[in-house]
Amino acid sequence: MKKRSWFVSLLFYLLLALIFVYLIFPFYWAIVSSLKSPQELFETPVRYWPAHPRWQNYVEVFTQQPFGRNLLNSTIVAGLTTLLSLFIGSTAAYALGRFRFAGKHTVFYAVLSVSMFPQISVLGGMFVLIRSLGLYNTWWALVLAYMIFTLPFTIWVLTSFIREIPRELEEAAYVDGASPGQVLRIVLLPLMAPGLVTAGLLAFIQAWNEFLFALTFTIDNSARTVPVAIALFSGASQYELPWAQIMAASVIVTVPLIVLVLIFQQRLVSGLTAGAVKG
Amino acid sequence: MERVVKHKSKLAARRTRTAWFFLLPSLLVLLLVAAYPLWRTFQLSFYQVSILEFPLKPSWVGLDNYRYLLADPYWWVSLKNTGVFTVISVALETVLGLGIAMVVNARFVGRGMMRTAMLVPWAIPTVVSAQMWRWMYNDVYGVVNDLLMRAHLIAHPLAWLSDPHLALPAIIAVDVWKTTPFMALLLLAGLQSIPHELYEASTVDGASGWQQFWKITLPLLKPALLVALIFRTLDALRVFDVIYVMTGTNPTTMSMSVYARQQLVDFGALGYGSAVSMGIFLIIALFATAYLVSLRVELD
Repeated sequence: MKKRSWFVSLLFYLLLALIFVYLIFPFYWAIVSSLKSPQELFETPVRYWPAHPRWQNYVEVFTQQPFGRNLLNSTIVAGLTTLLSLFIGSTAAYALGRFRFAGKHTVFYAVLSVSMFPQISVLGGMFVLIRSLGLYNTWWALVLAYMIFTLPFTIWVLTSFIREIPRELEEAAYVDGASPGQVLRIVLLPLMAPGLVTAGLLAFIQAWNEFLFALTFTIDNSARTVPVAIALFSGASQYELPWAQIMAASVIVTVPLIVLVLIFQQRLVSGLTAGAVKG
Repeated sequence: MERVVKHKSKLAARRTRTAWFFLLPSLLVLLLVAAYPLWRTFQLSFYQVSILEFPLKPSWVGLDNYRYLLADPYWWVSLKNTGVFTVISVALETVLGLGIAMVVNARFVGRGMMRTAMLVPWAIPTVVSAQMWRWMYNDVYGVVNDLLMRAHLIAHPLAWLSDPHLALPAIIAVDVWKTTPFMALLLLAGLQSIPHELYEASTVDGASGWQQFWKITLPLLKPALLVALIFRTLDALRVFDVIYVMTGTNPTTMSMSVYARQQLVDFGALGYGSAVSMGIFLIIALFATAYLVSLRVELD
């Protein structure tokens, strides 16, 4: 590589700084707003750092809004969805990644096409299904509905991971008389651990962020998840949205996601690339 | 010899049975949560039926819902809004994403931090980012107006989300902010697979950076670019969250998905809403088929 002149370097770093500020600013603004008092929030000209930062809004999110319950709902729904997808998705991925059989391509395409379904196209039918199973306004309604996007995605990511694992170990296990189920459980699953983490994280984030189904299949806070709560936060009157609380809640749900992203950066990117390239 | 063949085919049959056994749970779940609801929605689109009464009391209306759909001005408005949203946001995301990917692909101090920053907008739930921006767009206390006025780009505050000319562009800007970095990450993976020698050799041959971009980068990036483009288009066509949170069911910005849900849930028209859903399904299925054909997914 040839050396850049200091001027080009300066321009380059300015450009980088610009991109960085563009990406981060809305999140920074949410933090600043969440630390302001109501008076300061509705003050012009706008202040770029609160004069008297305070945590009160973070307390009020839990005392004046049922946000604790929403967090619990989201955690349980996203957790169950992830576990269930990984559990049944890993056996399917094993079949698709390791076995040759007639109809494999059809299954492959069927799963791929489900992952491209617009959620809205099943909304009416899903609503009827959930009502007739008696699941309306429960965690299980959302767990069931979320399978439509987490399961195909999980199968994808895991299939591409299994293909990259060398076959020798499994063949040795077969020679020793292990059944396919044992091979999957004892030999393959430990090797798949990185894939399971990636697929699980992505499934969790998708389920945690989902809005349309959560908005439609819940009616009150017994099962309402965080995104719906944040969209529907209301204040004293229709025209007075509790912006400081909304921003505090936004920061609360975003921080764990950013921490996850920080820890698993590399894996997320490779998983997303695999998922996007293959479905 | 014959016995070996027979043994082999028996083994193959057993492997096939095992494979289907392993696939069974996933297939059953997908039948329940994908195939059945889709079929049910299709069926309901031929009835007039209210969502409020359970058990349902459907009455057959044949193709009436579809006839009504074709004459429904709000359907056409939502289709137009979705089209504008898709074309402009995907185009901007691709161009900006490619730009950012090329910048980040260079070597520099703090590259890791930059890549993390790129994942932040993607990781933030769409609803949350929509609320953040809604506050930033606030006509009196919003930071967007403040910044633009300080920079003397506008003379007086604008009502970003209630002005019919500004609302859709403002929403597109939010989608671009949220999705461009993701696009850039996808393209970055493509850029990194281009062998370095190509650039070195062409530099020796005296090619300019501009020529390198058009003759090397773009042609070799084409597969990754195509995948990312179609992937994003499918996503943009079903846009719901950002529009619903920022402007609700306002016809000036309403997308197809917002309209379908309004019919299904807010108006309780399960039959007509299902017909709208099937319209969206058809449109997206066309694009998805194009996707499958262009990708020619390879197994094994």
